[in-house]
Amino acid sequence: MVPTEYFLVISAILFGLGALGVLIRRNPLVIFMSVELMLNAANLALVAFAYQLQSITGQVLVFFVITVAAAEVTVGLAIILAIFRRRENVDVDDMSSLKG
Amino acid sequence: MAPTVIFLVFAFIAVVTGIGVIFSRNAVYSALLLVVNFFCLAAFYVMLNAQFLAAVQVTVYAGAIMVLFVFVIMLLSPAREQSVFRSMRRQGLTAIPLALIFIGLLVLAVSTGSMTPMRDGYSLEEINRLGGGAHAVGSVLFTEYLLPFEVTSLLLIIALVGAIVLGKRRT
Repeated sequence: MVPTEYFLVISAILFGLGALGVLIRRNPLVIFMSVELMLNAANLALVAFAYQLQSITGQVLVFFVITVAAAEVTVGLAIILAIFRRRENVDVDDMSSLKG
Repeated sequence: MAPTVIFLVFAFIAVVTGIGVIFSRNAVYSALLLVVNFFCLAAFYVMLNAQFLAAVQVTVYAGAIMVLFVFVIMLLSPAREQSVFRSMRRQGLTAIPLALIFIGLLVLAVSTGSMTPMRDGYSLEEINRLGGGAHAVGSVLFTEYLLPFEVTSLLLIIALVGAIVLGKRRT
């Protein structure tokens, strides 16, 4: 069987890629997708540890993370739609009215 | 030998689609590549004896959340974003090497840390005896984690109300 470290390495790579996406991209939807990528990387780590330590708790936690991510995506997309509804190009750098 | 090959195939696809998500100029391409990424993760969950979670991942994440994403992308940004390379010159040249260092450090940390020797994990017979992965998760979800379960349902209602309020037009 594949050692747990392999899954954790993939989880780390995906998490770093998600963080890079949040920093680089300016489209708010792609930023949101990078956040989902990070959440999935954490889920993979949880399931890998649940397998190694023979505990079902990791899988239950992943279940909750998926549910909370669904709620977060719902509200986040509603916010993005409300902000960018009548604009031509979606760009988070335009949202700078609170800038000091 | 065979599990390692399967793992390497899915790992390669997962990493490549992950890179594609963040570097793709078209937002729809990013969404579809993310769906492929979720399928690879579902394959990992099956390898880790979490079959119920693999089904939940495909159904909820790839089937509902990404559909929402594609809807909103179609509503909002039909134009191709060429600003990835515009901002790349400002911050990207710093962000990408730093991200590579970050990923390297993370990989180093998880691959060389000391861990307890691996037990067998859930054997397939045990999962079948318990009636499949759904039974194993459910028997814990409704007894030991009942309170988080109920709180999560409350959270879903709150998210639903919030989305409806945010989506209403100001008439």
